[in-house]
Amino acid sequence: MTTAAARPRTVDTRGFDVARARLDFPILQTEVDGKPLAFLDNAATSQKPELVIQAVDRYYRTQNANIHRGVYRLSQTATELYEGAREKGRAFLNATESREIVFVRGTTEALNLVAQGMGRSTIGLGDEIILTAMEHHSNIVPWQLVAEQCGAAIRVLPMSDNGELELDYLPSLLTDRTRVVAVAHISNALGTVNPVREICRIAHEHGVPVVVDGAQGAPHVRIDVQELDCDFYTVSGHKMFGPTGIGLLYGKAGRLKALPPYQGGGDMIRSVSFEGTTFADIPAKFEAGTPNIAGVVGLGAAMDYLMAMDRPAVEQYEADLLRYMHDRLIAVPGIRFYGTAEHKAGVLSFTLDGVHAHDIGTIVDQENVAIRTGHHCAQPLMDFYGVPATARASIAFYNTRADVDALAAALLKVREVFG
Amino acid sequence: MAELRELYQQVILDHNRAPRNFRVLEDFNREAKGDNPLCGDKIAVQVRVEDGVIADIGFQGSGCAISKASTSLMTDAVKGMTIGDATKLFGRFHAMVTGQDRNPDRKTLGKLAAFGGVREFPARVKCASLAWHTLKAALEGAGQPVSTE
Repeated sequence: MTTAAARPRTVDTRGFDVARARLDFPILQTEVDGKPLAFLDNAATSQKPELVIQAVDRYYRTQNANIHRGVYRLSQTATELYEGAREKGRAFLNATESREIVFVRGTTEALNLVAQGMGRSTIGLGDEIILTAMEHHSNIVPWQLVAEQCGAAIRVLPMSDNGELELDYLPSLLTDRTRVVAVAHISNALGTVNPVREICRIAHEHGVPVVVDGAQGAPHVRIDVQELDCDFYTVSGHKMFGPTGIGLLYGKAGRLKALPPYQGGGDMIRSVSFEGTTFADIPAKFEAGTPNIAGVVGLGAAMDYLMAMDRPAVEQYEADLLRYMHDRLIAVPGIRFYGTAEHKAGVLSFTLDGVHAHDIGTIVDQENVAIRTGHHCAQPLMDFYGVPATARASIAFYNTRADVDALAAALLKVREVFG
Repeated sequence: MAELRELYQQVILDHNRAPRNFRVLEDFNREAKGDNPLCGDKIAVQVRVEDGVIADIGFQGSGCAISKASTSLMTDAVKGMTIGDATKLFGRFHAMVTGQDRNPDRKTLGKLAAFGGVREFPARVKCASLAWHTLKAALEGAGQPVSTE
């Protein structure tokens, strides 16, 4: 991003009208003390469009029943909504079949499901798990738990100072003991877009499956799991304009079949006796108990919303806004940026010399500018840069240059207070 | 801006820039570590207690302006106090920053009254109180690191 200023501006937002999009989000119409909300913490969670709020509301008011059970019409309606959303998930990720889509609580549960499943099947004593230096805690800790259970070891793919993975090291890390590579599609703390397709290609040459943490991917870029050729991909509903507590796990059918169940309960069985149980086929095998049906319906609406957009135009708009943010903030005295990778999306992490990130957060909040401050659940990354915390501004398509201007002005107020 | 000025009073900015007693005590008999995992604030406090009195105190660490200034001002305030008086002062300080005591006794609190503005910022209460929780752990000899979470 440091070289961004020199790049030519090729703004093409013909297919995207930000002012119109903002009207879809009720919370963006709110103000505090006459100051409009500048919500720049989208990497933590995103705001919800009317369409999603209404879908959840409508479900509870007129469509609520348990799924896969009742012979009555209401249950049939709920089941159709639920399974319909699975098909939307297939289309959203361009998976081959809808049974490759498992509904989960979020990316954290998806990663735990895969890690525990592998831990109980393919990972054993002396085996190795490859992670990267920029992973979120949710793509570190589940693997550490498994490594401990199995007596396996964690290997870490390093990154360069500008926040790009050192892909050249990957082949040397892959051994005949490597059982999995787990990597973030887009770094939540730096915004780096990782070369997932290339990582999959290299790992697959060694017969190793790749798990992609897509929490930050789906809100910003179109996902095509067939093109990426990843074995697993995880999606967080609330980070892509859907409800909290719902997400997707994509897995290649063969990979999902090879995993043992994650939790036992109703809906994930074929037959049960006290002598033993036969499990349902995928995806039901991984969906024990009554799921978050309203969440699934809301997530389905969010996917509808995104799929109806001119995504290339939206991506272009976001890239331009991120560049604008960099160019505006670089004028703030004492600012330092973390993560200056060539391919970035959504995130600008920074510190101000002499000011702790939390003091920045409190002061900009007085201007109704919401940013995240702290370690962003990526403590190894903070250690890498030798900082206890950074401030992080993260955008969504509904942000504007006015939001960025509000942040820039608020950062000058920080300078006023701290000198 | 008024609330901000109330939070970031000059004395707080001053102690953030130039913290007092910011050193490792060579001779101490109590110590504790404290951290605020969500913020990344980390401090270590050493105390030399003689006949029930805090004869000397030092700290190291990193954190936001509120946590650093709070630790610095605390060390100044409790030096020379009995353990009992320091514990009582913590009680008063805590009541002030959490807003339980809307009219804190400025005379007893002295410079610590500068943290009165913290009560308007609930997310920052733990920044102001981390030092005191850590001191309490040191004096009680708990030996376990203190966490605000």
